[in-house]
Amino acid sequence: MKKGLVSFLVKAVPLLAAWAIVLVLINAGIVTDYYLATMATICINIVLAVSLNLITGFTGQFSLGHAGFMAIGAYTCAMVTMAEPSVLGFVGGLLGGGVLAALVGLLVGLPTLRLRGDYLAIATLGMAEIIRIILLNQDATNGAAGLSGIPAFLDWNWMFFLTVATVWIIANFLHSSQGRACISVREDEIAAESIGVHTVRSKVLAFMIGAFFAGIAGGMYASYFYFIKPDLFGFLKSVDILVIVVLGGLGSLSGSIIAAILLALISTALQPFPELRMIIYSLALVVIMIFRPQGLMGSREVSLGVLNRFRRREPAVATASAAPAIRRDDDEEVV
Amino acid sequence: MFEVEDLNVHFGGIHALKGISLRVDEGEIVTLVGANGAGKTTTLRTASGLKKPTSGRITLDGKDITKLSAQDRVKRGLCQVPEGRRVFPAMSVSENLDLGAYLRRDRAGVAADLTNVFERFPVLGERRRQLAGTLSGGEQQMLAMGRALMSRPKVLLLDEPSMGLAPLLVQEIFSIIADINAEGTTVLLVEQNANMALQVAHRAYVMETGTMVMSGTAAELSQTDDIKKAYLGG
Repeated sequence: MKKGLVSFLVKAVPLLAAWAIVLVLINAGIVTDYYLATMATICINIVLAVSLNLITGFTGQFSLGHAGFMAIGAYTCAMVTMAEPSVLGFVGGLLGGGVLAALVGLLVGLPTLRLRGDYLAIATLGMAEIIRIILLNQDATNGAAGLSGIPAFLDWNWMFFLTVATVWIIANFLHSSQGRACISVREDEIAAESIGVHTVRSKVLAFMIGAFFAGIAGGMYASYFYFIKPDLFGFLKSVDILVIVVLGGLGSLSGSIIAAILLALISTALQPFPELRMIIYSLALVVIMIFRPQGLMGSREVSLGVLNRFRRREPAVATASAAPAIRRDDDEEVV
Repeated sequence: MFEVEDLNVHFGGIHALKGISLRVDEGEIVTLVGANGAGKTTTLRTASGLKKPTSGRITLDGKDITKLSAQDRVKRGLCQVPEGRRVFPAMSVSENLDLGAYLRRDRAGVAADLTNVFERFPVLGERRRQLAGTLSGGEQQMLAMGRALMSRPKVLLLDEPSMGLAPLLVQEIFSIIADINAEGTTVLLVEQNANMALQVAHRAYVMETGTMVMSGTAAELSQTDDIKKAYLGG
C-alpha cells in the first residue's frame, strides 16, 4: 500500500509540477498563443496515438480509420457546443462524440474483427472515407466549408488533464486482466482462444476504447482550433497518427507520447523553412526507421524501474561492451 | 467423462474426420496415435472448440458441449495445450501463467495453483520474469502445460507435447504428464511418438486418414504386430 502511494506520488508530482509551471508561464505571458497551439497539437496527437496504439500496437489489429473516429468526435462536439455554448455543453459534446465514435467502432468492428488478417485495415479505411463523405454532403455539417466559430473551451487545464486521463485510463486497462487478454490476442490468437480468452470480444473492446478516445481527441481539436472541415479528417490524417504510433514503437505508450512530442517539435521548428519542411520531416522519419526499425521505444515503457535496473547492471554492461571489442580485434586479424 | 461420438469435420471440400468416436474415462490417460494427416490434431481442435464440426456430439460429464464456444469449454474444465506450444513470446513467464487463469475469479485458488505450477516446473519459477520467447523448446512446452493447468482443467488435451524436443526432455515431459494424471487430471494425448505415448497411456486409439482403425489398452496395442510395424519401428 505504501509502495503504491510512493509510485503514485513519483508520477503525480512531476506531472502536476509541469502543469503548474506551464500555467504560471501562460499567465506571465511567456508561453504565447503560438506555443500553446503547439502544445494543443501535441496533447491531441498524444490522445490519438495512445488510443491507436491500443488497437494496433497492443491488440495487433491494423486500423487505418482513426481519423474517421476523430471526425465523429470533432463534429459532435462542435455541433453540441454551438447549440449549447457552456462548459456543460462542451463536456457533453466531448463525451457524446467519444460514445458515438465507440458505437460506430462497434458497428464496424463486430463483423470485421471476427476475421483474421488485414480485413480490418481495409474496412476501417472505407469507414473513414464514408464518414468524411457523409460530413461533406450534409447541410447540418455545412459541407465542404465546414463548421467555424466553434466556442473554444479547451484551455491548458482541459488539454492537460484530458491527455493525462486518457493515458492513465488506457495504461490501467492494459494492466487489467482484460487488457492482458488483448495483448495475448496480438501475441497468438489460437493460444489465446485455447486458454479461454474471448478473442473477438477482446478485439472489439480494444477497438471501441480506441475509437472512444479518438472521438475525444476530435472534440479537443474542434474546441481548440474552432474550425473544422471534412478534409482535415482524410486518409492522410489516419496515416499521420499511424506514423506517430509506429515511430514511437508498437506496444509502447511512452513511445507514442515521446513520438507525438518529437514530431510536433520537428514540425514546429521547421516552420520557417516551408520549402524544405516536408523533405526534412520525411528524411527524419526515414532515418529514424533505419536506425530504430522497432520504433523509438520498441515495446518497452519508460519507468523508474528501468533506471534502477540500469544502475545495478552497470558493471555487467561494462564487461559486455568489452567483449565485442575483443571480438572485433580478432576479426581484424583474420582479415 | 469426456466423449466424442460420430464426429465429422470438413475443411472446405476435404472430409478430415469421418465419423470418429472416442471416450476418455475419469482419471485416465488416453492417447491418440497415428501418422501425419490422420486427423489427430483436428480431433483435438474440434474437442476444444477451436474448429466447428459438421456433425457429431461432444460431451463432458454427460453434458452436450458441441455447441459451446472454446471459452465456455475452458470454463467447464476442458483445456488444450496447442500444438507447437504457442506461448505468448513477448510476455513474461508469470504473465503467461496469469493468462492461463484468465477465466477464473477465485484469487486464492489461482495463487495456490501458481505455487503448484512453480513446484512442478521449478525452471519456470526461476525464470518467471523472463520473456517466454527466450525460453528453450522444453521450457516453452512446460510453460504451455503450466498455463493450461492454471485453468484448473478436469480434462487436459495435449497436442504433440514431444514435438521438436530432445529425447531426454521428451522423457521428462512424459513423466510430468504421468504426474499430472496421478494427481487427478484426466488426459487426452495426441502424439506422433507412439512409443512414448503408449508407455504412459492407459488406453489408446489409432487413427488413419480420418477414421479410427483400432482401439484398446495401451499394453494390448503395443503388442499388436500392425502397430509395432507401423509406429513402433519393428
